[in-house]
Amino acid sequence: MKAPRRLVVGSGGLTLLVLACLIGPVLLPDAGDGDPRHAALLPPGTRVTVLELADGRTLVSPKVSRDAETISVHGKRGTTVVPLDEVASERETRLWLGSDRFGRDVLPRLLRGGRISLAIAFLGVAVALFVGVGVGLAAATGGRVADALLMRLVDALLAFPLLILLMLVAALFRPGPALLVAILGLSSWMGLARIVRGQVLSLRSRTFIQAAQVAGTRPLRIWTLHYIPNLRGPLAQDTALRMGDLVLAEATLSFLGLGIPPNLPSWGSMIADGQRVMLDGWWLSVFPGLAIAALVISLALIGDGLQQIGEGSG
Amino acid sequence: MRGMVLRRLATLVPLVLLVVTLTFVVVQAAPGSYADTIDNPRLSPETRELIRARYGLDRPPLEQYLSWLGAVLTGDLGVSFLYKEPVSRVLMRALPPTLLLAGTALLLDLVLGLALALAAARRPFGWADRIITLLSLGLYGIPSFWLAGIFILVFSLVLGWFPASHMHSVGADGLFDLLHHLALPALCLGLVGAAGTARYLRSTLLDVRASRWMLAARARGLPRWRLLLVHALRPALLPVVTLLGLSLPILVSGSVVIETVFSWPGMGLVAYNAARARDIPLILGATLVGAIAVILGNLAADLLYAVVDPRVRRAR
Repeated sequence: MKAPRRLVVGSGGLTLLVLACLIGPVLLPDAGDGDPRHAALLPPGTRVTVLELADGRTLVSPKVSRDAETISVHGKRGTTVVPLDEVASERETRLWLGSDRFGRDVLPRLLRGGRISLAIAFLGVAVALFVGVGVGLAAATGGRVADALLMRLVDALLAFPLLILLMLVAALFRPGPALLVAILGLSSWMGLARIVRGQVLSLRSRTFIQAAQVAGTRPLRIWTLHYIPNLRGPLAQDTALRMGDLVLAEATLSFLGLGIPPNLPSWGSMIADGQRVMLDGWWLSVFPGLAIAALVISLALIGDGLQQIGEGSG
Repeated sequence: MRGMVLRRLATLVPLVLLVVTLTFVVVQAAPGSYADTIDNPRLSPETRELIRARYGLDRPPLEQYLSWLGAVLTGDLGVSFLYKEPVSRVLMRALPPTLLLAGTALLLDLVLGLALALAAARRPFGWADRIITLLSLGLYGIPSFWLAGIFILVFSLVLGWFPASHMHSVGADGLFDLLHHLALPALCLGLVGAAGTARYLRSTLLDVRASRWMLAARARGLPRWRLLLVHALRPALLPVVTLLGLSLPILVSGSVVIETVFSWPGMGLVAYNAARARDIPLILGATLVGAIAVILGNLAADLLYAVVDPRVRRAR
């Protein structure tokens, strides 16, 4: 069977983004953190000279002039004159996405920030899957009282503005990455629990499962042979959408300064930083936003594609 | 019908109680208190201790909780640490701006979403459909605070058409001034919502198109607009009503973010400031009001569902 185009485009986009974030910072030339006096707020595509000095400092600037003994590095806020023998290495490179107001190269920072966003979203979804599938199974197999109680809980949680609770927790505890993963995961398992419970209950009354039971198949085998393959599709579809939501939630928290610690780059906090100097550097907030959008849209396309497959076979 | 409303209203009390209790536990478990958030290095530890005692923060948590709950039952929400005035007054001041912003956004969400979905479903997989699908997918992935930044950059910093923040200009309080300030935040919130509504409504419209009554209506030779607006739209709107109830929490959360970006003086901004200042009475008050609003909104959506779907109305 031919895979839906949405699924292909979506998984292609996701793979590309993940690969770029994982190996991009290794492969790409990194202009490093230049001195803000010359390197701050250079627009995307600027060709720069990178000078590494013997004392470990880095100077980055688009304009460099030299005479017999010295190199002069020019910038908007001053010129630095360096004796030639203090320069350890010199190379030319391009700031593909420009530099921020501290003179840092944006592209490698964006990719490293993507690692964090992706890791938090992946792990958060893993927590949500674990709790959601657990609660769903418990509700479907644990008898009437457990079912009623658990599903009432799910309804109650679904009706609440959880992002606000998340913000409250984040504002009060200043969470590290691990706690952030936990609270993001714990705030998004409800839909998955509903799906698992609904699927198991509807499968239980289907003839092929009843036939297997009558034929004396062991319960474990019925689960691996019938329940799990039928649960996989709807779960995968919802997981993709949930992960998109988590990417947005993490970005929102980081944007408000409530997410991961500010010394780590993250797409949300990069947007917040960029919005402070929007008129002087539009690229600082635009590119992280596009990265988030590309990731969320890829995940949504995957979800849509999986749904098409499910409808086709069902 | 009346039985359902009463039953739902009866579950409101334990639910709200659960939420505020949970909030109280979270606030208590967090490190630090209001006294530690006062940014004044000359404040001695003894003075901070005095401040804690002054606000009753040195009492056992259970006692604090019970006295707060007791006061709430008599209609007293306490005094805000941060604003130094009754919590009820702070909230009453913040509620109208939020209702205005969220209401306008919801209206935009529905009207735009409906229009886009209808335009797309008129000719499935035609060029209009393709453009609208792409557009709504793009808007769905964009973070609202990023869109807000772009809007501020383009429409207020570069073009200068709209103000970038607050609800009124200094010294002006006319209706036009208010709408002028409302435009950008409401548009940000509404556009993101409209993308979701359009995506959802389009797929239900396409499902309905395949139904037998649509075939029968088409066979009767009804005009195209009548088919779409009368025979397809009404059943397709049912799930949208449910979606409306479910999107309420998202709208509330979204307005918190948008309010902080645009300095819109609503509930979101108040809650954000309250959380940062460990202002316990204000946090609890805001949670209480928010929880009641969301639950009532969900109830309203369910009632609306019964109004538009005759099957639900008859089955008691």
